[in-house]
Amino acid sequence: MTPALTTRTPGETVVDDGVPVAVRIDHVHKSFGRAGADRPVLEDITLDVRPGEFVCLLGASGCGKSTLLNLIAGLDRPGAGSIEVPGGRPALMFQEHALFPWLTAGRNIELALRLRGVPRAERRTEAERLLDLVRLGGSYGKRVHELSGGMRQRVALARALAQDSRVLLMDEPFAALDAITRDVLHHELTRIWSETSLSVLFVTHNVREAVRLGQRVVLLSSRPGRVVREWEVDIPQPRRIEDAAVAELSVEITEELRGEIRRHGRH
Amino acid sequence: MAGTETTRAAEPDLAGLEAGLDALDSVPERRTPVRQVLLGKVLPPVAAGALVLAVWKLLVLAGVTDDYKLPDPSAVWHSLRELWLNGTLLDIVWTSVSRGLLGFLAALALGTPLGLLVARVPVVRAALGPILSGLQSLPSVAWVPAAVIWLGITDAAMYAVILLGAVPSIANGLVSGIDQVPPLYLRAGRTMGATGARGARHVLLPAALPGYIAGLKQGWAFSWRSLMAAELIASSPDLGLGLGQYLENARTDSDMPGVLLGILLILFVGIAIDLMVFSPLERRVLRTRGLR
Repeated sequence: MTPALTTRTPGETVVDDGVPVAVRIDHVHKSFGRAGADRPVLEDITLDVRPGEFVCLLGASGCGKSTLLNLIAGLDRPGAGSIEVPGGRPALMFQEHALFPWLTAGRNIELALRLRGVPRAERRTEAERLLDLVRLGGSYGKRVHELSGGMRQRVALARALAQDSRVLLMDEPFAALDAITRDVLHHELTRIWSETSLSVLFVTHNVREAVRLGQRVVLLSSRPGRVVREWEVDIPQPRRIEDAAVAELSVEITEELRGEIRRHGRH
Repeated sequence: MAGTETTRAAEPDLAGLEAGLDALDSVPERRTPVRQVLLGKVLPPVAAGALVLAVWKLLVLAGVTDDYKLPDPSAVWHSLRELWLNGTLLDIVWTSVSRGLLGFLAALALGTPLGLLVARVPVVRAALGPILSGLQSLPSVAWVPAAVIWLGITDAAMYAVILLGAVPSIANGLVSGIDQVPPLYLRAGRTMGATGARGARHVLLPAALPGYIAGLKQGWAFSWRSLMAAELIASSPDLGLGLGQYLENARTDSDMPGVLLGILLILFVGIAIDLMVFSPLERRVLRTRGLR
């Protein structure tokens, strides 16, 4: 499925067939409704994310992207097949920031630290460090409603990082942001990812965003969600969303995606 | 991943761009000046009160009805002065207020776990949910005769009536507070490992707080109303003189200024407790969440 393996930090990963993975999705099916009576949402999804890899999952509405992330996050169980996340519970970031409005930015991060078992004495320093990492030093005491959309998503990213998971799942986290803010956050995410050993599985319906960020772009079909095709993105980082190489690959992927969508109009 | 090494120099201005975006998009906290608060919040109710007094005085001057039915406002003021001068005013008010607050605290201690159970255990909700909602529409005065027969004309009967009035409000407030918690918060909590009791403590209860406080507010109003009804109907010299009994005594003496004074005092205490305790609490909770 994938060419030569490149690993940054293997960590404690399952090596049952000699290949270390951060996430292994193996022939997963999922349908809702009684005894799976409805059409499946996900059909026979098989996908590995290598340690330290940045994978973008791309698909139109109804491809079951969010369902798949819920399965990986352990919020739901697959109907058939198996999902392994050897590094433990992944962190999950949503399209809405999902920060708790009764806590300040810093306290939101500290709650994640506390739930992870970080002793009280270290939480404040660690929260400040994470805020610095997303360039929000000095926003510790800010309330969620005092922050802009981009700042909220950065706090949400810091809170996800506070879980110290090996895998970060992102469910269209920048879809609600304006283009300039999104651009800045793409850069921040790439920077933070390259500074850590995090594996990222990033769901989006924005082709350019997928090509801008991912080392690999996986296209899912809709109803049911199946893996249609995947692309290795060889464009070196730092990329920009306006880069010619990004545009070129985006055109190719968009054609494929449109083909997938057209199939649904025919019956 | 050698090819993906980020060279920060490629975009040296990014931090500056980001700082600019943050500054442009942030919502600055605005404090309303005291003058504006006085003009906007204090003046209108004071003016409304003055207007009511003026209309009252005019009706008296116009002689629309007998003096013993509608006394002059000054007669009510006299009754108040008298109560104050013979030192019973504070005693009367405190007898009722302490009963009301104690009853409310007991209702709080019972209503909170009850609300949690109803909200989180489906069987309990199916069994008790409709009864709790129904009880809210039952005026708690209706419990007074039963309470008197069971417990006699005692303090216990007063507290029983308060509890029957306030517990459903508080429990229902918590239930609707919990029902309105956005599922996203619960999902976010679960991905961070906040499940079970930890989820309730760190996510569910804080998220449900605004609804809970609305329930407390209503619970206090119900406590106070129930207590006044109970004191009015089941008054006895053994119980000590509260506002309800004072009102009932004034009625038997055909002392209309006293009756009006009793009504005004009951109204005043209800509003004062709400303004001093519940409204600030509610405002604080809503403001920290950016809801007001």
